[in-house]
Amino acid sequence: MARKKRSTPEINAGSMADIAFLLLIFFLVTTTMDTDTGLRANLPPMPLPDQPIPDIKKRNVLEIRVNSQNLMLVEGEIMDVAQLKDFTIRFITNYGKDLNLSENPEKAVVSLKNDRGTAYDTYVQIQDQLRQAYTEVRNSASQRQFGRDYNDLTDAQKKIISKDYPQRISEAEPEEVGGN
Amino acid sequence: MAKFNKKRSQSSTSINTASLPDIVFMLLFFFMVTTTMREVTLKVKVNTPSAVEIEKLERKVATSYIYVGPPVDERLGSATRIQLNDQLAFPSEIPEFLESEKTQINPMELPKFAISLKADKEAKMGVVTDVKQELRKAEVYKLYYSSKKRQSGPQL
Repeated sequence: MARKKRSTPEINAGSMADIAFLLLIFFLVTTTMDTDTGLRANLPPMPLPDQPIPDIKKRNVLEIRVNSQNLMLVEGEIMDVAQLKDFTIRFITNYGKDLNLSENPEKAVVSLKNDRGTAYDTYVQIQDQLRQAYTEVRNSASQRQFGRDYNDLTDAQKKIISKDYPQRISEAEPEEVGGN
Repeated sequence: MAKFNKKRSQSSTSINTASLPDIVFMLLFFFMVTTTMREVTLKVKVNTPSAVEIEKLERKVATSYIYVGPPVDERLGSATRIQLNDQLAFPSEIPEFLESEKTQINPMELPKFAISLKADKEAKMGVVTDVKQELRKAEVYKLYYSSKKRQSGPQL
């Protein structure tokens, strides 16, 4: 059989762009480019049953307690959350001057204890204040030593600073106390 | 005097649009790949707090989310609840949830496995503490308290 010569029919591709645009707009609209951000925390491992309680001098511990009314006690005195940053900086960089505050930044520990009824927002604000305090202390130390902010340092330099100014925020093991 | 070319070609030159679909398709594929459909429908109200010292999540693919807040359905009361995947859950269900989440990510990414805690401002710390205790028991130590960016200054 002799083959008939067929002319290949051309598909009109003019509307392809329209279809692609339609899909493109759909994905443009549904895309959420939200990068999730948050305060970073490293949880401690569960304590072993017979783990000894570390022996820390009372003056080196910044004691923060929050009750179910979102009121904060710092070293036994009521304080506004907004003032916590400045107080923490004073506490860390005391270098033994004030007898109730830390001996030096290396030994300073922040101890945070909250009630089961505390609002999450209050807790985050306190954590944020503490982190701000440490960032500021570390920044000023890195400016003195290396002339740059902490975040701009190399890893080795960061290690030096964070060894001198360790960020130790300890949270008390939860107890079943207080109202909900 | 400069000589101006007064005679412009009057015939309208048509732009070749043959490559337009290619360009559009390229964009289309880009958005198709980067799109993440909202994974879960929220059963709890989550209005995250704002903070200054926030960081970006290290690896988004190796992150699981736990939602904490008052239920959207008001018949369930206003007490703080936990949402895992698509349903309300109790803290005791967290270890199982973590195990199933861990199997879904690349083993290479396991050391970077982290939890982003999306909790409501008004959530009670009691429930948050329960979640944290379960995470510690399951040896998941990386946690992000999901919060929005705020410029420095007092809160509230």
